[in-house]
Amino acid sequence: MSTDETENILGEVTSGGDYKYGFVSDIEMDYAIKGLTEETVRFISAKKKEPSFMLDFRLKAFNHWLTLKEPEWAHITHPPIDYQNIIYYAAPKKKPQYESIDEVDPELLRTFDKLGIPLNEQKALMGFAVDAVIDSVSVKTTFKDKLGELGVIFCSFSEALQEHPELVKEYVGSVVPYTDNYFAALNSAVFSDGSFCYIPKGVRCPMELSTYFRINAANTGQFERTLIIAEDNSYVSYLEGCTASMRDENQLHAAIVEIIVKENSEVKYSTVQNWYPGNKDGEGGIYNFVTKRGICKGNNSKLSWTQVETGSAITWKYPSIILMGDNSNGEFYSVAVTNNYQQADTGTKMIHIGKNTKSLIISKGISAGKSQNSYRGLVKILKTAENARNFSQCDSLLMGDKCGAHTFPYINVENNSSVVEHEATTSKISEDQLFYCNQRGIKTEDAVGLIVNGYCKDVLNKLPMEFAVEAQKLLAISLEGSVG
Amino acid sequence: MLEINNLRANINGKEILKGLNLKIKEGEVHAIMGPNGSGKSTLSSVIAGREIFEVTAGEIIFHNKNILNLTAEERANEGIFLAFQYPIEIPGVSITNFMRAAVNAKRLYNKQEALSASDFLKLMKEKQKLVELTTSLVNRSVNEGFSGGEKKKNEIFQMAMLEPSLAVLDETDSGLDIDALRIVANGVNKLKNPNNSYIVITHYQRLLDFIVPDFVHVLYDGQIVKSGTKELALELEEKGYDWIKDEYHNK
Ligand SMILES: Nc1ncnc2c1ncn2[C@@H]1O[C@H](COP(=O)(O)OP(=O)(O)OP(=O)(O)O)[C@@H](O)[C@H]1O
Ligand SMILES: [Mg+2]
Repeated sequence: MSTDETENILGEVTSGGDYKYGFVSDIEMDYAIKGLTEETVRFISAKKKEPSFMLDFRLKAFNHWLTLKEPEWAHITHPPIDYQNIIYYAAPKKKPQYESIDEVDPELLRTFDKLGIPLNEQKALMGFAVDAVIDSVSVKTTFKDKLGELGVIFCSFSEALQEHPELVKEYVGSVVPYTDNYFAALNSAVFSDGSFCYIPKGVRCPMELSTYFRINAANTGQFERTLIIAEDNSYVSYLEGCTASMRDENQLHAAIVEIIVKENSEVKYSTVQNWYPGNKDGEGGIYNFVTKRGICKGNNSKLSWTQVETGSAITWKYPSIILMGDNSNGEFYSVAVTNNYQQADTGTKMIHIGKNTKSLIISKGISAGKSQNSYRGLVKILKTAENARNFSQCDSLLMGDKCGAHTFPYINVENNSSVVEHEATTSKISEDQLFYCNQRGIKTEDAVGLIVNGYCKDVLNKLPMEFAVEAQKLLAISLEGSVG
Repeated sequence: MLEINNLRANINGKEILKGLNLKIKEGEVHAIMGPNGSGKSTLSSVIAGREIFEVTAGEIIFHNKNILNLTAEERANEGIFLAFQYPIEIPGVSITNFMRAAVNAKRLYNKQEALSASDFLKLMKEKQKLVELTTSLVNRSVNEGFSGGEKKKNEIFQMAMLEPSLAVLDETDSGLDIDALRIVANGVNKLKNPNNSYIVITHYQRLLDFIVPDFVHVLYDGQIVKSGTKELALELEEKGYDWIKDEYHNK
């Protein structure tokens, strides 16, 4: 397939279509790092001493973004985001927020304790002046030397720009073009940092690669960008964990993840997302608008997205897979929990282009409180995709009667040799089940955790061990007090 | 150990238990029989603290304290176990995980440390033998897709794991084949000791051949209307409940 063709298909499958209206903004600059103008973009790029191609890319993205309007089709509502009131580069920031630990919401402390986060870390998360705090500047990378021997590159995006500019140049924007959507354009203009990962031909990465993203500073938008490239006959399992400190105001998070999987290679990408969801009355919390997309470029390649989403006030996220290589395989496993006033609109897109391509979608939504939880999925089988297969299972679990679960499966088949199956269920945790657990001495709160973990088993099983344990705890914590 | 006085309970405003009295001492086995819908399962639920039933009068004294304001899990951890007439399915939760949560909840309640994984698995193995529960079954989700007999065995297995001082077996014999009935009954007999007591709810005399009761009660219209020894069960088997109903209504 030619590059042009690919680009057309990419364009067709990825753009929402109705971003035609100009974005008019009253530009108001307090100081160089707040608000969004061409100046801001140049400032960020200069700060990071980026090669000129990166600045060009950013500027094109910015100019494109100016022509777009925020999408409105997701099943979510929120007050308008003031893009001029966001700090786009948070490196030179003031830190002290709390004088003493007594000022911190005890509920938050309890959550941290339950997660087993050490005190220093807790302080860091809450904005205490502790050295380990990571904002948008860098990504903690471990085992770098050992990986270096294998030729695996695992570093921050900024480092990659300095040390491997040719790789970045070749792949950045190749899976998620800046024209893709509103938030992708925004990210492409102002992304702060992120991770870069390159697995050379024939290398099986011997360890899980993991990064932790944190949002700490007040009023900081977080715009990471992750790029993963797996050359022929390679393998990597990549973990991303997200936590955010608690703030009254909403914070914007608009990340991009691009993954390229070549022939006979496999990439597993797992996320446990625990951004601050806002308080019980729906105040504060992260707006999480993320574009994650991978391409199974080579024949026999495989990509899986596994995500456990418990956080964020609003989640808008559709990790997608373009199955271009023949016999390529895409999997999406998702647990999305919403409680209180959280809103999640998440799902996946599986785009079948190559022959004998297969995709599997397992989505488990859990809604509690007054939250809204939507699954939105697209399975698209193109003419070229002989014998394509898809199976989708979308389950919803409702807790209480004030929440909502919605399923929007879109199926688009252009090749009639394909088989597409979709199953959906909706269930509740019954009084019978809770009483059965209670009768065995298990508290209702723990019973809910147990039942929910059972319900999510098919997804949790896909996570690496230590992540699965964290995810289980998170599920229990995020649903606390939602039954009984 | 258990004393129920003048117990009255409603569901959705309808009175089911209408002034029920029952006294059980340590080490005793009491059988409760009675026509369908007479309130046997309701009694077990109320003893276990199921909140959908509203207790309007009376008291339940267990180990010398009134337990009516304890939650279901507190009662369980105090030593009350209910083998359900219709065991509940919990998809995705293995029996192993479920029991681990239960055993450790009880230990926590008694201020003991949680069992280590290896001690816990040892305990599982030992108790599995008692009711001949296979390992492939305990790795499956709680009651999901179990046959009727497997569900009942699983209840007795859980009882063995939790070592209650009062166990209420609600029609544990129904749905069991002859061999399974013997296995389950033997299990119960092995667990019997001078300190624990059983309430065995059944419709059939044959279970009582295996688990021999000290007393037999007839529950009818929300009350214990007749009590006797094991011979009463034989008499009921032979004559049915009509004579009891007549006696009750002519009172
Ligand atoms: N959840 C409920 N809602 C309404 N009525 C109920 C409920 N549970 C029980 N009942 C009613 O209470 C009465 C007693 O029921 P219960 O299950 O205690 O009888 P039982 O003696 O155990 O009968 P069986 O021998 O058939 O098991 C019945 O009339 C039943 O319909
Ligand atoms: Mg009954």
